Amino acid sequence: MNQPVLEVRELKKHFPIRKNVAVRAVDGVSFELREGEILGLVGESGSGKSTVAYTVVGMYRPTAGQVIFRGEDVSREAARRNLGQKGQMQIVFQDPGSSLNPRRTVRQILRLPLMIHGLAKTESEKEEKAVDLLRRVELPEEYLDKYPSGMGGGERQLVAIARALATSPSLIIFDEPTSALDVSVQAKVINRLVELHRRLNLSYLFITHDLSLMRNVSSRVAIMYLGVICEVAETKAFFTAPRHPYTHMLLSSIPVVSDLEEELKPRKVPSVGEIPSPVNIPRGCRFHPRCPEAVQQCREAEPQLRPVAGGTHLVACHRALPD
Amino acid sequence: MTSPSLMAHKTGPTVQRRDVLRRAWYNFSRNRLSVVGLVIVLLVVLLAVIGPYIAPYPGHAKAFVDFRNSNQRPSVRHWFGTDYIGRDILSRILFALRSALLMGVLVLAIAVPVGVVSGVVAGYLRGSLAEMVIMRVTDIFLAIPAMVLALAIASVLAPNLRNAMLAVTVMWWPWYTRLVYGLASSLRNEYFVRAAELTGASAGHIMFREILPNCLAPIMTKITLDMAWVIMIGASLSFVGLGEQPPIPSLGNMVSDGAKYMPDQWWMTVFPAIAIMLIVLPFNLLGDGIRDLFAMGEER
Repeated sequence: MNQPVLEVRELKKHFPIRKNVAVRAVDGVSFELREGEILGLVGESGSGKSTVAYTVVGMYRPTAGQVIFRGEDVSREAARRNLGQKGQMQIVFQDPGSSLNPRRTVRQILRLPLMIHGLAKTESEKEEKAVDLLRRVELPEEYLDKYPSGMGGGERQLVAIARALATSPSLIIFDEPTSALDVSVQAKVINRLVELHRRLNLSYLFITHDLSLMRNVSSRVAIMYLGVICEVAETKAFFTAPRHPYTHMLLSSIPVVSDLEEELKPRKVPSVGEIPSPVNIPRGCRFHPRCPEAVQQCREAEPQLRPVAGGTHLVACHRALPD
Repeated sequence: MTSPSLMAHKTGPTVQRRDVLRRAWYNFSRNRLSVVGLVIVLLVVLLAVIGPYIAPYPGHAKAFVDFRNSNQRPSVRHWFGTDYIGRDILSRILFALRSALLMGVLVLAIAVPVGVVSGVVAGYLRGSLAEMVIMRVTDIFLAIPAMVLALAIASVLAPNLRNAMLAVTVMWWPWYTRLVYGLASSLRNEYFVRAAELTGASAGHIMFREILPNCLAPIMTKITLDMAWVIMIGASLSFVGLGEQPPIPSLGNMVSDGAKYMPDQWWMTVFPAIAIMLIVLPFNLLGDGIRDLFAMGEER
């Protein structure tokens, strides 16, 4: 009944740097995104989460694996996808300062997708739809005549979101949509996103490094480490009963202000070391050099994602006991 | 949810445009010299346009000989003196001004579009066959010393203003290709270009509507500075006899003719030389101002 909107199967994206050496940014990622869901894809810098987003949306051609969007195989660059597929899947980038052309007005920016996708024929229709898009992100009509330089960061990001909504997509990918914004406007943008999700029956793939944000926004969370997913779970299970030692480490490192909040954390695992280079991925479990639980097996065999606790919770760890 | 104070100011398109212009003028006028440059450029252009009508002796710009009045010093009748066959220097300068400016405008009117279009195409389609062809051809033209190429072209073809312009145009466009190629090949990685690609915008739209407007500042600056350069090169070509042919006056051939009578009849050389300087210098000053003017677009 819940047909996945997006299915990613064993996706790999390697960037060759010299002969026989490649940055293995994404190295076998599989997940699915169900209709109406917000899936949070979380990871440190360098974990490959943005590369997943860019490959899914078609900025890169996958090295291996498949991207299946609404039952259609779209494992190729956007230039080779058909117009309908491009319109159905949209992306909002991290920095609206660079994703909006500084020399184009909001009107021109919003009209472009409308024209390409033939969604508005006459001049008045275009104007009407552009105003409507602004209204959806709760920006006033006057903003049509503004240039990006005349707006604040949060407002620019809202314009970028309005642009993504222009083609009435069913899936929107957000690549750290708030991390380039001032803290004061982050909440506003997030609230607007959640509202839009509810009202327009959208599915979101939400890329972020901010775990605590995901607690409030997403329905499921997937953790990426060095190009693979190491744990996927419903948001509640993820925060209350995480299984992967890496998840524990990330949860323990969320900054809190009171001891009371500190108590709420499932288990304290000190953060050790930094993410290794994706050129030189450790043998066995990718996380073992930083893992407090690592045993001999972890140095030898790479763990696969397997279900624990009833099947919706997936973990890739030898040491996670199925209970 | 959005705070009302942020939304309070109403800005229609006209209000915004006036605002932009006012800020542009402010940025431009912060540099006094560029305002001086602008004023002189406007004056020179005005003189070039009305020159033939206000010249005291318009007939002296054609085949004309009056030995009785030859070699006269600057006087009330001949402000800048007369040359060795009695022609009024001032009148001839006014006519020459026109062809000098015309040369600058026409050369750039052809070289800039060609260079800009080829540069944007090569920059955006980086790694394609089109890029390779465009950039290798550009390299070939850049490898030949500009002046030598212009001399070669102007001397193979009949020496006149049209061929001098042709020669300068041929050596000029590759610089614009290079400039725009560099800008475009870095702009193509900007996320706004990605976003346009992902929605399905055509290559034409991306090159000319997304990328090109962001290249305008350096292009405009270069055009202004190049006006001076083209006029200099034009004068140099006519100095060596490959531009406008006598009796039609050009600043270059007036200087070279007068040079034979230096230093006794200095006015034959000095006044046309000052005229060249008066064109070249203000365009350079103006170029600086235009660069400042566009720098405001970079503030985010």
